[in-house]
Amino acid sequence: MDDAEAVSRRVAAVWRIESARIVATLARYVGDVGLAEDLAQEALVDALRQWPAQGVPANPGAWLTAVGKRTAIDAWRRRERLDHRYAAIAHDLENGLDPDAAPWDPDTIDDDVLRLIFISCHPVLAREQHVALTLRVVGGLTSEEIARAFLVPTATVQQRIVRAKKTLSAARVPFEVPERAEFPERLSSVLGVLYLIFNEGYAASAGEEWMRPELALEALRLARSLASLVPREPEVHGIVALFEFQASRFGARTTPAGEPILLPDQDRSRWDHTLITRGSAALARQDALGRGRGYYGLQAAIAQCHATALRAEDTDWERISVLYEALGRLAPSPVVELNRAVAVSMSEGPATALRIVDGLVASGALAGYHVLPSVRGELLHRLGRTEEARSEFVAAARLAGNDRERAVLRRKIDDVDAAS
Amino acid sequence: MKYMLIMRSDDAAVEAFKDIPFEEVIERMGRYNESLIDAGVMAGGEGLTDASEGVVVDFSSQPPVVTDGPYGETKELFNGFWILQVSSKEEAIEWASRCPLGPGSKLEVRRVTELEDFPQDNEWIQKEAQWIADAEAAKKAESAKKGD
Repeated sequence: MDDAEAVSRRVAAVWRIESARIVATLARYVGDVGLAEDLAQEALVDALRQWPAQGVPANPGAWLTAVGKRTAIDAWRRRERLDHRYAAIAHDLENGLDPDAAPWDPDTIDDDVLRLIFISCHPVLAREQHVALTLRVVGGLTSEEIARAFLVPTATVQQRIVRAKKTLSAARVPFEVPERAEFPERLSSVLGVLYLIFNEGYAASAGEEWMRPELALEALRLARSLASLVPREPEVHGIVALFEFQASRFGARTTPAGEPILLPDQDRSRWDHTLITRGSAALARQDALGRGRGYYGLQAAIAQCHATALRAEDTDWERISVLYEALGRLAPSPVVELNRAVAVSMSEGPATALRIVDGLVASGALAGYHVLPSVRGELLHRLGRTEEARSEFVAAARLAGNDRERAVLRRKIDDVDAAS
Repeated sequence: MKYMLIMRSDDAAVEAFKDIPFEEVIERMGRYNESLIDAGVMAGGEGLTDASEGVVVDFSSQPPVVTDGPYGETKELFNGFWILQVSSKEEAIEWASRCPLGPGSKLEVRRVTELEDFPQDNEWIQKEAQWIADAEAAKKAESAKKGD
């Protein structure tokens, strides 16, 4: 590895650790997240140019922030008619420019990072912009990395980010944490974005690979950070717990060749028990707040039932059915109902479950969703109705979005054929 | 991937630490640990008690010789570790460089092996996987007894 290569890897590591704080600090000064991100990116380019020759500074994060501020000041100074407002900001900025000065006040930085998270998930933006912006400015991922994770062209991601920044500027979104009245809704939007990122990594919706653990682990990392920033919010601990439990299975979910291994067949000794312990701890933190379990907390509780069952046959399906029922009451959804049917099939048998699934089929709510025929096929198979089971698996294979899942369904068809 | 930061200090560093008020040491280390937790990368860690409480089992001769610590020729003492879950070796190094340690102290950065690093058909590797599961079972039974 030559020097330039080594430095650029070092810069990438610094960026990953510091980017949210750098962008957040700059955003507080310039009042615009888009501009702050541009300034930070320019500083990064400077670092790549200067550090190989001059060496990496003692406090690289502060260096990058200082360079970002300097760039902002220079831009303002160049304006022909420097108005008083800019002059005042420029003056304030210059007074805090020594990169080796005491590190930033951690409490202020934390507040700034929280603001940054809320703004990345602001309601004036579309969901795909939330995802791109959150990963880019909070997670410190490059556009290339985001594009790779979501299997879209880099230009598409760049476009999303550019538009998002413009929209935020045009809407004059203040660099603030939402007020009390809108806080719950805004927080739930942030959690929704993290959930989406995690799930895209956990069960890739398109493409050849069944999961992209790096993306899910990034969502986990962001959720843990958020829990440190807003420790009094129960659902944040709920989502952390959920992610920890789900991520604990990453090492057991695929064969070395990348084929999926389904939950009952996984080698449970390969689950990451550190993550399971952390998941239980996060769930306990949610419970300790005494405000009950919400959408994510209930899902985490279900995931915990699986994670703490030593063998597949030890799974407490009765409890899982009850938890799904509670989840369905809280957030009615045909997907939750389908999952409840699976749990019921284990605790009460396939016939009861089939009635739930047939209700879903009749409602038409999940038409086109491959898991519905897949589950129905499974139940029919267990009831000995192999012909019907087979055609359900065929329908499911046709609807499945990624190659790995299709392969699993084809194997089920083979199993049915072998059994009949 | 997980990395272990292994803390080693020589006698001079240990002595120097004694001049700093204990509260200050605790606070500095506490802030560092908090930054790791806040960043979502802390996966675990432990500190060790004074080396004078330890012993050394030396395999230079057979049977191995057991001596009380601290141990004569040893230049550096191992006194604690962190385990970080990060995305690259560079990230682990970057976190290591931020640790509030002084002259005479070192952090060794080592990747923690994963099951994939070993041949999966080896009998002992499979046994080890089973031990982890058994240990979890014991822990679970223990906590069930306590009624939580």
